[in-house]
This record gives sequence, structure tokens and C-alpha cells, in this order.
Amino acid sequence: MSVLAAFRDSERAAPILERIRARNTGPVSLMEFCGGHTVAIFRSGIRSVMPEHVRMLSGPGCPVCVTSNADLDRAAALAKMPNVLLATYGDMLKVPGSKESLAEVKAQGYPVHIVYSTLDALRLAHEHPDKQVVFFAIGFETTAPAAAAAVFQARAQGLSNFSICSVMKLTIPGARALLDMGEVRVHGVIGPGHVSTIIGADAWRFLPEQYGLPVAISGFEPLDLLAAVDALLEMIERGAPGLSNGYTRIVKAEGNRMAWGLVNAVFERGTATWRGFGEIPESGLLLREEYAAFDADRRFQPEVAASSEHPACRCGEVLRGVVEPPDCKVYGTVCTPDHPLGPCMVSSEGSCAAYYHFHQGAARPH
Amino acid sequence: MKHSHILLAHGSGGSMMHELIREVFLPAFDNPYLRRGNDQAVFDPPGGRIAFTTDSYVVQPLFFPGACIGDLAVHGTINDLAVGGAMPLGLSVGMIIEEGLEVDTLRRVVNAMRDAAAAAGVPLVTGDTKVVERGSCDKLFINTSGVGVIRDGVNIDGASARPGDVVLLSGAIGAHGVAVLSERKGMHFATPVRSDSRPLHRLVAAVLDVSTEVHVMRDPTRGGVGTTLNEIAAQSGVGIEIDEAALPISPEVQGACDLLGFDPLFLANEGALLAIVPEQHAAAMLAAMRGREEGREACLIGRVTDSYPGIVRMRTGIGGTRVIPMLTGEVLPRIC
Amino acid sequence: MCLAVPARIIELRPDSMALVDIQGTQREVSLLVLDGDAAVGEYVLIHVGYAIEKIDEEEAARTLALFDELALHDESFGAPTPGEEA
Repeated sequence: MSVLAAFRDSERAAPILERIRARNTGPVSLMEFCGGHTVAIFRSGIRSVMPEHVRMLSGPGCPVCVTSNADLDRAAALAKMPNVLLATYGDMLKVPGSKESLAEVKAQGYPVHIVYSTLDALRLAHEHPDKQVVFFAIGFETTAPAAAAAVFQARAQGLSNFSICSVMKLTIPGARALLDMGEVRVHGVIGPGHVSTIIGADAWRFLPEQYGLPVAISGFEPLDLLAAVDALLEMIERGAPGLSNGYTRIVKAEGNRMAWGLVNAVFERGTATWRGFGEIPESGLLLREEYAAFDADRRFQPEVAASSEHPACRCGEVLRGVVEPPDCKVYGTVCTPDHPLGPCMVSSEGSCAAYYHFHQGAARPH
Repeated sequence: MKHSHILLAHGSGGSMMHELIREVFLPAFDNPYLRRGNDQAVFDPPGGRIAFTTDSYVVQPLFFPGACIGDLAVHGTINDLAVGGAMPLGLSVGMIIEEGLEVDTLRRVVNAMRDAAAAAGVPLVTGDTKVVERGSCDKLFINTSGVGVIRDGVNIDGASARPGDVVLLSGAIGAHGVAVLSERKGMHFATPVRSDSRPLHRLVAAVLDVSTEVHVMRDPTRGGVGTTLNEIAAQSGVGIEIDEAALPISPEVQGACDLLGFDPLFLANEGALLAIVPEQHAAAMLAAMRGREEGREACLIGRVTDSYPGIVRMRTGIGGTRVIPMLTGEVLPRIC
Repeated sequence: MCLAVPARIIELRPDSMALVDIQGTQREVSLLVLDGDAAVGEYVLIHVGYAIEKIDEEEAARTLALFDELALHDESFGAPTPGEEA
């Protein structure tokens, strides 16, 4: 599909960059709320081509990073229950809980399976009728339909050995919580393209309307992100915050009603605990009463000792953008990419890991 | 063979072990060294310095698109010698077999080793077999060691990269990693990508024929090109800057990476050569590489710098810069 | 979050499943959460084994055209269109 391949044609970047550099906005901070954008910005080196007055911030948009130790400990406890086989996405394996990561739980001999899809988790349940397959479901709105579909299908198939432990979260309450804290000064928001695919571009209208912030929904190619930055700067320059959708090849104003409808049929909103933010009401996706049979927490009631965050780890503040990684006492000493204490050090794009890799020999990252 | 599966007795040292050697190993690996039936292979002293290396192979699954544990074990050790500038003289083979392995499976692996050794022109000169109880290993582990001779004037060392040198890569990356991952349990994807497992000693010889002045050579296996370049940058105390647009990545490898969230820079290769050489030799060495099948897509991917010592940086497609870290942890599919 | 990749449908299968192709890599995915029907040859966006949206090639071409126009005209990409203004 040449038209999609063309989005990777980096020669198209130069004119957009030229425009960005010509915009007259004064110092601005633009924030994305999406781990995929964090990765794309990191991999394409976008920060290094921005003019000095444009600062790119990563908000709490990575479902791995915002998962609390209490939730991780619950997954570990479930994995250790007799006859349980825990399945989860590869992203979660290395993330440290209060005492251990799922990789360490697996090394102790408990069955922890990495799956690419809930389809594979369902398949595990069919392949192991004598085991209880528990899917540890992380993710935001984009990923929730896959979990909802799996529960829906498990019920339709009368599958009695499949359940999920949902720690899934909603982006918008998270974004509101961050903005309401008022700690971080943000001038514009890059809207998460794939979350918006499900909930629709219009779901972000509250940003210009209630917070006076421009928002630009963006895809994940470097060109998409550059165009989104330019759209934000243009709106800031004009003093006219609005909603811009540069990802119209995927994202509709109303989103995917089928997928979102399924999510809302299977899950209801409840309080969720976010690392670095604490409890945020109405921000978690919990199984509805009629699907209680597929709720691993209700089915197995895992006993979890009191969870604790590492006392010195400041991932929460790093996630909120109020401290830089080296401000944390354990950064680079006790906490390294090979032995992460907090989730910001886990994946190479995490704020602390990215900072760590850059700083082996260089000055301050841009 | 009387049995269809390997029994513990096949490792006992008695008549059943002799049967296994006689029926499976000897017909495949037959050469004058082995035929003597001694506990060691004996060589006349060769001219030149000696290179010696060892590697163990525990790949799961045993067979994957393009290769299997057998040819991988032959190629891997040949390549570890080759990237030191050595021409391999011979390899040893140690096999640890799990009780219950099908003899036919063992035969397929052994035959793949035979074919790989013959194609490379490197004999398997001595060997050993052990059988362990079911559950004590995963089907079959292979260790190969190798001895080679380094030609005069060659002094390849991971600490020898110098600012001003250029980084050459023999061809497309990531194929082995994708091929093996596609066969892993629970992955459920199909790919036309085949492992690039192949011997590199002739490619290395072609480069050294241009000039013996090669500073560093490596075959970027586990951890991929990204990790290998970091090792060199650290060992040599230099910076390395590579160009994203110059990296050879096939659309098929890129497609698998896009689906599963892998970075081709961190996927394993088993038939790729990284060479860091003085710029003045680059053009002739590239031409020499391209003259061979295994180096047909050879290209210049970057430079060694005196800025940012110990760090590998990449010039991205849009003209930005990013740091390429070492791989941490294992390569896993990701959703974000 | 949310790694997703465009893929071409190459075969429709029972139970709302489809075989898709991403530059040669093939995987069975579910069409269960897709709004509306999808046909062989169409492009969909895949996330964790589910097609979550169809890809609108006309819109893709339009966006590209906007990128390119940036070089020619002093007209902003992504400025809210009338009626889309908040």
C-alpha cells in the first residue's frame, strides 16, 4: 500500500520541520499521553530536531508505567495459585512489583505465559482444560476491546477455565488528573491516535473547551508527529485552541462504536490506582456483575501481603514530569536498566532508561 | 539403529553408544581425523597464530525456517573464528541428548551439521556424546569448539576501533531472530523470513585480501547489531554513529517487527558481518564483500567518532539523533 | 501505549476471523470488534490480534497531500476546519 508507505518517506519531513522552526510561539511544552508516541518520538529522534523553545513531555500514557505495585503483586499472587496459568503481554514481564517481577515469578517455576493477543490466551485455555488460565489485562481504551471480546467469547463458548484480572485504565481521567494537579505547565496535547480510534477524536474536545488547550490527534509515523506538533504550534500562535485530527485515515470523530460498545457492555468504571497518581475515581475498567464468573479476583481471591513502593523510587514524580531522573537517589546506582526498581527504568523508552542510556557520556539530553 | 528413540544406554559408553556413533555420527562426519577413533584430533603445527573458540547451542525449537540447531552450531563457531581473522582448521562437537529424543530427529540434525561442514570446507574432527535423563535438558544441546589460523599482519580486536573508521555491514539484519521467534510456542504468526545462518570465513578472507588493516570484526548474533556496536564502542572507548537510512532491513523483517513491536537492531543474526575499517579501504572492501553471495547487500552504515565515547547514536530518517542502547532483557512481543 | 499496524486482509475465515498480511508476515486476527464488514483486499489496523478499524486510503492520500502542500503554501495543516472548531 504505497500511500501508507509514503508516511515513512522521511524526505517529506523537512518542509514540516521548517514550518515548526518558523512558528513564533515563545517557549512551549507539548505533552503526549501515549506510550506508542513516547516510543515513536524516542526512535525517530524528534526531540533532537525541535527548536529549543519547544519541549516535548511524556505524560502517563504507558499502561506498564502506571500499573501500581499492588496490582503487580496481585498478578504475581495469582500466578502462584495452584493450577493457575497466568498469561499476559510481554511488556509486563520485567516490571518490578513490591518484591518481584513476573519474570522472577516465572523463574521460580510458576507458569507465566507471554501472549501477543487475548486470542492466544483463549487458545491456552482450550489447550489446557485442566488448568485455570488467568489473563492479566493491562492497557487503555485501545487494548480494552480485545479483553472485552475475549470475555465475551469465553462466555459464548462456555469456557469455564478462563478469567481475567483487569487493571485496565482510561486515558481521559488520567489526563484530567494530571492537568488538575497543576504541577506541570502544558501548552498543547498530542492526542493518542489509537486510543482515539476507539473512543473517537471528539472525546478530546474537553481539552480546548475546559482547559483552553489545543489538542492534535496524531498517528505514529515521524511525519504524523511532526505534523501534530506543527498543528499545535499553529493553534498556540493564533491563540485559538481547538481540536485537530491529523490521523483521519484511522480516527473518526465518533470512534469505533462497536468496539467501545463491547467494552462498556463487559466492563464498568471504577476507581483505579495509578502509579504516581494514586487512586483516580472512574478511571479503571472492572468486570460488570454479569461477567463476575470471568473475574479472576472474584474467582480466586488472591491473598496479597501489603504492597509497598520502593521508598526511594521517584517514578511517580518522573511520570508526572515534576522531577528529572537524576533527581532520584537510586537512579543509576541501585536502579539500572538491568535491575529496574521502577517502571520508568524498565523499557528503553522509559524516561529513566532513556536518560540513563544517553548519559553514559553525554551532557543533558535535549 | 535398533531403537527409534535415544535411551540412556546410548550414552553409557558401552555397545549401544558404539552403535549410535557407528550408525549416526560416523557416516555423517567421516574424515581422516575421526576415522582414527582416538580421543583427540592431531594436527601438524600450522604457520601463523592460533585462534580458539567455543560456543553452546540451546536453541528452541530445534528446527526453524532456514536452518536448525545443527548447521547453526557449525556456522556459529566458524564465524567466531572468522571474525578474528582466522581460517578454521577444524571443529569439535559435543552433544548432550535428552533421553527419548527420536533418532530420526538426531539424524536430521547430524546431517545438517555434515552438510554445513562440507559446504564450509571445515571438518568436524572430534566429538563427544552424553545422554541425560528426560527433563534434564531440552531435547538436544550442542557445543562446538573450533581452532583456526590467523594470517600474518592481521590484528583484529574489539578495542581497535578508531575515530575516522567506517562501519561496514555485510547484509540485511534481523532475519534469524524473526525466523526463530516465528516458531516459538504461542507466537502464532507465519513469516517467509528464513534464518541467515551461514559461514562467514570466506567473506572475511575476501575482505582481508583487500587489506589486512581491519580494526574490528564481529558477527552480531544475540543482541543484534545494536548491542554489538555498543560492545565495540565500550571496548574501544569511541563513539559510533550509524545512519538509519543506510540500515539494510527487508520489508518482511520490518513487517514482523511492526506487528510484534521488535526493533530489528536488537534481533539476532547468524550470517551477518560487521567490520570497522579505515575509511581508505572502505570502497574496495565493500566491493570485495559484494562479490560474494553472503555479502551481496554489503553497505556502509556508519562512522566511528571521538565524540560521545562509549555511546552508539543513530541519525534517524528525519534527521534527528537517538541513542542506541544495549539490549536489556529478552526480546519479547509488546503491545505498546 | 498501543502498538498497532496496518495489515491487508487476505482471507476471511469462520467465527469473525481473518488472515492478514503485513509485508509478508501473516497472522490470524479477529474482526469481532470491527464496526461494519471488511472484505479481502481491504486494509485494517491490527492491535493485539484484533482489527480495530478500517484504514481509509482516501483520507491517507489527503493527509499526505497536506504534508506536501506545506512546502508550497503558507497554509497550516491541521487547523480546525469550520464546524470542527471547539
